[in-house]
Amino acid sequence: MAEIRNFTLNFGPQHPAAHGVLRLVLEMDGETIQKADPHIGLLHRGTEKLAESKPFNQSIGYMDRLDYVSMMCNEHAYVMAIEKLLGIKVPPRAQHIRVMFDEITRVLNHLMWLGAHGLDIGAMTVFLFCFREREDLMDCYEAVSGTRMHATYYRPGGVFRDLPDFMPRYEASRWRSQKDADRRNEARSGSLLDFIDDFTRRFPACIDEYETLLTDNRIWKQRTVNIGVVSPERALQLGFTGPMLRGSGIAWDLRKQQPYEVYADMDFDIPVGKGGDCYDRYLVRIEEMRQSNRIIQQCVAWLRANPGPVMVDERKVRPPSREEMKGDMESLIHHFKLFTEGYSVPVGDTYAAVEAPKGEFGIYLVSDGANKPYRLKCRAPGFVHLASLAEMVEGHMLADVVAVIGTQDIVFGEVDR
Amino acid sequence: MSARIEALASVIQARLGESAVRRAAVPGDLSFDLPAEGMLPALTLLRDDPELRFEMLIDIAGVDYLDYGRTEWRTTDSANSGFGRGVNASGQGGSHDGPRFAAVYQLMSVSRNERLTVRVFCTDSEEPSLPSVVDIWACANWFEREAFDLFGIVFHGHPDLRRILTDYGFIGHPFRKDFPLIGNVEVRYDETVGRVVYEPVQLVERILVPRVIRDDNRYDAALKDS
Repeated sequence: MAEIRNFTLNFGPQHPAAHGVLRLVLEMDGETIQKADPHIGLLHRGTEKLAESKPFNQSIGYMDRLDYVSMMCNEHAYVMAIEKLLGIKVPPRAQHIRVMFDEITRVLNHLMWLGAHGLDIGAMTVFLFCFREREDLMDCYEAVSGTRMHATYYRPGGVFRDLPDFMPRYEASRWRSQKDADRRNEARSGSLLDFIDDFTRRFPACIDEYETLLTDNRIWKQRTVNIGVVSPERALQLGFTGPMLRGSGIAWDLRKQQPYEVYADMDFDIPVGKGGDCYDRYLVRIEEMRQSNRIIQQCVAWLRANPGPVMVDERKVRPPSREEMKGDMESLIHHFKLFTEGYSVPVGDTYAAVEAPKGEFGIYLVSDGANKPYRLKCRAPGFVHLASLAEMVEGHMLADVVAVIGTQDIVFGEVDR
Repeated sequence: MSARIEALASVIQARLGESAVRRAAVPGDLSFDLPAEGMLPALTLLRDDPELRFEMLIDIAGVDYLDYGRTEWRTTDSANSGFGRGVNASGQGGSHDGPRFAAVYQLMSVSRNERLTVRVFCTDSEEPSLPSVVDIWACANWFEREAFDLFGIVFHGHPDLRRILTDYGFIGHPFRKDFPLIGNVEVRYDETVGRVVYEPVQLVERILVPRVIRDDNRYDAALKDS
């Protein structure tokens, strides 16, 4: 009889289901995984080292590029860390804008996750549906910051500017008739808040649509139920946060437990899973989208009723208005200093964390009193979750590796930094 | 809020004794320095004590204090008198004397909803090392590999201490302050050899904005409330 041996399989780094550049070295016994060894770092750009060579404000854009599907949440943790060291308070309107865009980002991220996860394990249509709604939310990003993804919208002390009164519109072209453009522009005729409001009315029906495709789907259940089960105790040991932890049945959400900005005033629920498998985590994320929708609605209502400043009135971090700058020498100096040298942050170190869509995204910031960070450390949820991949796939089939990578919601921008 | 932190601080101080030194921190944060020897029992206590229960390790950040409080602003070739530059050469910023490398552990208690920062210095600055906490928190595995890769801190007792983020066969520890930002080698594909080759880096490092330490009185906590 022939000798049967385990063999080693190289998965990735160029594999569509590897969500970027994950290289997995799998030791297989037939089709069963004996051991998995993830090799990461193929996307390592040294963000933390780069940030040490730049004034504080110039690194905000780098944060977008960490987890590039939940852009504003990364910025949020970074500016929160700076604000903590500076000891400045953000005006309430800016806080509401931040909360609203954090939740828009959460929906964006979960839609991307749902589409990609579905595609990985054989559901094609969900991907198309998800990208339909993502397009609208990216238009919100565009309206407010000028870019669809890498917004650089949050600033220490508030946000870059107030919400715009108009939305970008579609134009008729060779491929799109005037009638078609008009139909698409219907929701875009008002302000950004009108558009978001309209979106939140439409969106629950869209979630129902995804659920019809997946929640009771036999194939979907066969691919996710009892795959990658993590017990609550083990989830804590492995440092899980976000939907990964909640999927295992621990009701932990920084927005509720350690509320930042105005989350304490918001009315929303935290979904919790029971079994800790891929299916539970799917259900948790779907429900999170519904809850995010509720939070966005509350923010829209508040923002409509309460105009006000969106940036703290503090010359060190807020650039003077164009008008002030032209007429007032001191403002000109402030403007010049802010955009050349930046501001010095007091000596100290702090850790600031937000509930990013993937889990706890934190920034550990050390300042020695200079205009650049002394040390910046990003605590990326994906890094911690991926570390547990070996444990989660052990004993599963090769096809389940893809389901587990999908359920962890890995994005290599933040894993490799 | 602050009363709660003070209560937690006194519990930790009572449990860990004199060796734990409380550090100054911004309001809302609690931070301690622990000595490297005896850190494992201390951290186990932080995890298991019913009044502490930090069952979760959130992060381990390596820090290199080599350049702490130093600026890039050089005034040797211009007059020192005349217009004030507002830059103090002696450094009003932080100063650091002591071991060069530290690991900063962020702990979290899910059951008690608390956070704690623990900083541990590596006694030996030439060959920095610390005991591994993998047996206390399983997720420390990759964090310690990262700190080893980027700072060269060796974690004794780690099951699999390999490089994690840098290239296969990388030389050096890139996040150390004496490692140049542009790196030491660059790679390109060489058609004559038919493979990727490594060469000494050709770039010239430019500092667009110098590192400046200014003392801004407005952020002085003592002056703020007055």
